[in-house]
Amino acid sequence: MPKPTPFHPRTQALCHSYQWKEWAGYYAACNYDAHSEREYFAIRNAAGLLDVSPLYKYEFTGPDAAAVLARIMTRDITKLAVGRVTYSCWCDEDGKALDDGTVARLSKEHFRVTASEPWLLWFRRLARGADVTIRDSSRELAALALQGPRARAILDEVVDFDMNRMRFFRVRRMKLAGRDLWVSRTGYTGDLGYELWMAPEDALPIWDALVEAGKPHRMEPMGLDALDVSRLEAGFILQGVDYFSARFAVIEARKSSPYEIGLGGTVELDRAPFMGQAALKAERAAGSPWALVALSLDWEEIERLYASYDLPPHLAPVAWRSAVPVYASDGRTVIGQATSGTWSPLLKQSIALATVRTRHAAVGARLKMEYTVEYARQTVTATVVDRPLFDPERKRATPGVKSAKVTG
Amino acid sequence: MSAANGKANDYDAVIIGGGHNGLAAAAYLAKAGRKVVVLERRHVLGGAAVSEEIYPGFTYSVCSYVVSLLRPWIIRDLNLTKHGLHLIPLECSFLPLPDGRSLARWPDANRTRDEISQFSVADAEMYGVFGMHVGKLARFAKNVIDKPAPDPTSFDPAQLSQLLNMGKQLRGLSDDLLALQYKLMTMSAVDFLDEWFESDVLKGPMSVSGIIGTMLGVRSPGTAYVLLHHYMGEIDGSSRAWGLSKGGTGQVSMAIARSAEAFGAEIRTEAPVAKILMKKGQACGVVLENGDEIKAKVVVSGCEPRLTFLKLLGEEHLDDDFTASLKRYKLRGSSGKVNLAVDRLPNFTSRPGDGPWLRGDIAIAPGIDYLERAYDEAKYGDFSSRPYLNVVIPSLMDPSVAPPGKHVISCFVQYAPYHIKEGPEFWPQRREAFGDAVVDTLAEYCPGLKESILHRQVLTPWDLEQEFGLTEGNIFHGELTPDQLLFQRPVSGWARYKTPVKGLWLCGSGAHPGGGIMGGPGGLAAKEMLKRGVI
Repeated sequence: MPKPTPFHPRTQALCHSYQWKEWAGYYAACNYDAHSEREYFAIRNAAGLLDVSPLYKYEFTGPDAAAVLARIMTRDITKLAVGRVTYSCWCDEDGKALDDGTVARLSKEHFRVTASEPWLLWFRRLARGADVTIRDSSRELAALALQGPRARAILDEVVDFDMNRMRFFRVRRMKLAGRDLWVSRTGYTGDLGYELWMAPEDALPIWDALVEAGKPHRMEPMGLDALDVSRLEAGFILQGVDYFSARFAVIEARKSSPYEIGLGGTVELDRAPFMGQAALKAERAAGSPWALVALSLDWEEIERLYASYDLPPHLAPVAWRSAVPVYASDGRTVIGQATSGTWSPLLKQSIALATVRTRHAAVGARLKMEYTVEYARQTVTATVVDRPLFDPERKRATPGVKSAKVTG
Repeated sequence: MSAANGKANDYDAVIIGGGHNGLAAAAYLAKAGRKVVVLERRHVLGGAAVSEEIYPGFTYSVCSYVVSLLRPWIIRDLNLTKHGLHLIPLECSFLPLPDGRSLARWPDANRTRDEISQFSVADAEMYGVFGMHVGKLARFAKNVIDKPAPDPTSFDPAQLSQLLNMGKQLRGLSDDLLALQYKLMTMSAVDFLDEWFESDVLKGPMSVSGIIGTMLGVRSPGTAYVLLHHYMGEIDGSSRAWGLSKGGTGQVSMAIARSAEAFGAEIRTEAPVAKILMKKGQACGVVLENGDEIKAKVVVSGCEPRLTFLKLLGEEHLDDDFTASLKRYKLRGSSGKVNLAVDRLPNFTSRPGDGPWLRGDIAIAPGIDYLERAYDEAKYGDFSSRPYLNVVIPSLMDPSVAPPGKHVISCFVQYAPYHIKEGPEFWPQRREAFGDAVVDTLAEYCPGLKESILHRQVLTPWDLEQEFGLTEGNIFHGELTPDQLLFQRPVSGWARYKTPVKGLWLCGSGAHPGGGIMGGPGGLAAKEMLKRGVI
């Protein structure tokens, strides 16, 4: 039975659709209205406000915090400067991905990690003997994501900091509605956006202040369905959907290395020992058997498939997560699977994320993906395209800073 | 194919008019490696699909204000989403009534059924059935608008097979649907809707789809067909969907322009064309108002046909029959546009406050008699004192077009006949009175509107002609009635973009498949030229 988050009194009153799902043991709104279209377009044109309190959060404090995190994470956290955030992956001893999330350096000896599953035991096991305290702060922190082109203007009106000066992947302590909170310039939509971390007792006053400030900017409360469409456009993977955590993979074949799930960029190999380092070095030398790719489906073929049944093409209004086989160009040899996808209202394309054999992963490769029309399984051409598919300048731009050099 | 046969041409093609169709034609020709220049008279691209900041901080979609028929193949071929095309669907069709009731139609079928039930339970049930039947016909029609119009008098095998194919598809329609098709072609919008529905409240906003851009009333025969055009609207494969373009409709044109430039087309603004140059009975370029001559193998006009032939070319180059047909081509504009910048949202008496019913198109069309009365005034040379309005508040869904908390209200107005009884040139003297009639009409449904107005832009049919080159102010470059569509557009026998003048081609809304932000005429014209190997 899911629990309510600290924002539930507000989100419940707004959720006219009564469509909720469970997220890490909490109630999370799928969409507030009958469909998620308005929320999706708010993310891309105005702003969306999403309750992300269910995320797991961990506080690493102490003189050895950076060293311990560097041992856990694929990224060398010792290099992360105070006030910066990075996106990382963590692996088991075989170099197989366990989860992915952000690491924020709040002060010299204080880091915050977000995760999609509980990892306290794992983190503590790897910290044995070090001068660090690791605490699960999941219930001590309510969290909101404010995402979309108007997010900066809205926040700027209510916080005690000039948001025009906050760069991409930075984190800062601020005051909003008289309450202390942390604001990071991060998100899961691929748009300009921020995440706000606050004490649960401050959740409602902060929500109310944002809703008030958001009104003239046409901000909308946003649920997980709209988030799912936008994260696919941004090319972000989801643990448990696009890959399985090695910890709970019942068979070896379901485990993936960071290289195989598009997180190779987070792996910093040549440094002090870290979890999975030897295996990852070996894989880097030998090459990875699998690769994560973005696919764009051939719309004319989809139309023709429907037309062969005298049907107009049908597009589901939500993203799908039921994996389907991906074939080589011959349409017969299975070379992987597409794990999630959606119609992109912005790009006017049907897109998907897929894991395929590395030799089929080059951009431009024309593969086939299973596609069911009128109960019959068929295939359509799916071309490997650059990821992310949607990457607006505003995501990284910082108008108040002359040369906005980007890290993260 | 594109090699100049000995003659020194500046370009393969010179395109007159930087409207969205001219730009689309340029993009397709440039994509095929042809050397193309687009000449736009105004300082801004887009023609009637144009965004302008007329009042500081507020961007108006000055003329065209919604997008529904923009061809998906054009979006794909020209990579328009990469070049900044961004469409936002409208959520609702809202009809406020003077008696305090109102009707909102939603994408959600159950909600719509509830809404219609206030007026008629029978209609509420019939609404979905009607949509399915008309939707099937619209699918057939959609095949027609994505190809050049076949000429029924032609013996060209390709055209014959296209006709046969159309016939085959028609035969594939059930008898019921065929009957429906014939009724649509011949009946008035109201007579047609009377066969399905009983509630005047519902039929009002449905029937207006049949009269948009025509000098006809909802009870005039032939208007039923245009209903179908509205059922053809699609966004993302969901039919009947209408949308806004982020940043205004000018952004559709700008996306096409950026695509054309990326393919190598040259685009010039403030380059008004004075005349089409002729040499040995063949169009060979244009001369600009400043006297500059630009030579090209073909001249492609995105302008309205009558303007193209009678003003830019000249009757002396045309035979009498063709000229007579052009003069008979029905332009007779019947609509105007009022754009408002306001400091708060309009508050409708019948459904107060800020809600999703405002996030769509709002029709002032309270009943069939109201609409017919509006037409009566226009028939005898007056603008309607209480016109039909189609109102959209784009800033609700696209806050980039107005400062935070403030809004843009776009009002499409019918009837505003080009031929007012004083004569069209007297429109400037009546412009503000016309604007007042529009604001007064809307304010009857949302008191307080007048006090919220920061700026008002009024466009009469005369303004549409003078400023945008829309002859007689016709928004579609010619009425979209059955007699002026397909192989009859603009002139029977000359519906495939080619004209009786060698080297002169059409690519605007006056060619098949017609008006609206569709890109069809531009895209299809370019493909036809390439196919025929003229450049």
